[in-house]
Amino acid sequence: MPPKKKTPAADPVASQEEDVSMAEAPPEEPTEDVIGDDANPAILGVDEQPIRVLAGSSEKAASYEFAKEDHTLGNALRYIIMKNPDVEFCGYSIPHPSEAVMNVRIQTYEGLALDALEKGLTDLMDLCDVIAEKFVAAREDYTSEMQS
Amino acid sequence: MAPTEFKNFPSQEELDRRKIVGINLETVTDVASTDFPGHWPGEDMSWSKKNFQKSFNVQFHHNTSYDSSFSLIGIDAAVANAFRRILIAEIPTLAIEYVFVNNNTSIIQDEVLAARLGLVPFKGGKAGLLKYLKWFKKPQEDGPEDEKFDHCYDYNTIVLHLNIECTRNEDAERGEKDPLKLYHNAHVYAKDIVFKPFGTQEKWFSGEDAIMPTNPDILIAKLRPGQCIDVEMHAIKGVGSDHAKYSPVATASYRLLPTITITKPILGKDAEKFKNCFPRGVIELEKVTKKESKMVGSGYDGHEGENKAVVKDAFNDTVSRECLRHAEFEGKVKLGRVRDHFIFSVESLGQWDSDEMFLEAVKTLKVKCAGLKKSLAGVQELA
Repeated sequence: MPPKKKTPAADPVASQEEDVSMAEAPPEEPTEDVIGDDANPAILGVDEQPIRVLAGSSEKAASYEFAKEDHTLGNALRYIIMKNPDVEFCGYSIPHPSEAVMNVRIQTYEGLALDALEKGLTDLMDLCDVIAEKFVAAREDYTSEMQS
Repeated sequence: MAPTEFKNFPSQEELDRRKIVGINLETVTDVASTDFPGHWPGEDMSWSKKNFQKSFNVQFHHNTSYDSSFSLIGIDAAVANAFRRILIAEIPTLAIEYVFVNNNTSIIQDEVLAARLGLVPFKGGKAGLLKYLKWFKKPQEDGPEDEKFDHCYDYNTIVLHLNIECTRNEDAERGEKDPLKLYHNAHVYAKDIVFKPFGTQEKWFSGEDAIMPTNPDILIAKLRPGQCIDVEMHAIKGVGSDHAKYSPVATASYRLLPTITITKPILGKDAEKFKNCFPRGVIELEKVTKKESKMVGSGYDGHEGENKAVVKDAFNDTVSRECLRHAEFEGKVKLGRVRDHFIFSVESLGQWDSDEMFLEAVKTLKVKCAGLKKSLAGVQELA
């Protein structure tokens, strides 16, 4: 039986009357795109701005606040930004464990801190591409080796 | 300023040495990565996709749908850890979120029963789970009670029932003590949960692809005659960071490849003892050859035919450091781990194939970066 609007035990008669079976319910267009889907508790809504520049930042030395990010992205991004020779310093912190906020500090020798951040994100995406590519190739090799 | 000219090209030997994390009796050494520009004077350590493509490697150790193990060689801990964290907390799966209790006369309280049901892992048709099933938007906690489940549709909610009653088994022998023989349904198992497809779900979840518990023998409750459980459950898609029941893995972990270097010969009785300091197959005994016994100053001279310890397979070592506790091996062995060799182990709970799940983790990190990169345009306006 399809789910009822009220808990079935609460008021069976009333709920049956106003109940619309799920199959007949108006087909709400499901969103194809998982990115920016606000039903996913781990991902930010479409129109929310995830990155904010913190006070006291200049062009070459800036702190960025990332909403709903943690060590997962923080440490990986810190690593890849530190690989940039124009960057003098990069570090990340989570100011408070019960706030879903992650800060990244970038100081550059030359060039904008924002550019270093953008390059970091680009490089991290490239890194993901290489890993996926090599992983699939290694899996194919392994499978064919097992079959022979 | 960062140097623009790179004139130092360290030998492969030196590069290999830099990769080793030292493990001593009570301490560890060289733990942090040093592959950053400016750390080694005159060396280019900047990120390059081309170099990474050349140096990075993947090796598979085993690969079944529920359990796979592979090595990622040549990445940093920061990245490896990101994948591990994504596997545990950010890959979506289906789990029971709402339990509507029609009747529960068992000794398990409603809320405890609901928590137990939530933790039961389910499997089902992969196409249906990954493509067809969408996110269910959770209702506001303080919203009107009769509108809370207005948005349950076939593409975001899986309905399951558990309706079971314990009765006496009239055929049981006199004096029988075993409740399982004495009563029907004395134990309630995960396999007693029934999937009720509705709408277009039949198309995606039928036959082998039906939604069912991955492990049918999970004990949910115990009943006695006259007690019954009658609940309806809604399973929805969620992520592990919200609740552990949504985590798609039993474990996703990595360890670094161990290294064992025997720096001075370990011979005879000592070799036997040394071998027993390690898991089976890691250290083996070999006879000292005639050639080795003739090499003066090698430590083998005059020991022809005796046993010597050799490292056969450091991969399986647990790095228990037992061998460092014995005085006779002091200065003869060096333990370590390779800093950029991650041996991953991914155990799936049934909704994903474990190798596909890792690829999904890589994709998740990339999508995260792509989304943030897009929003950088908005940052400029603020600055």
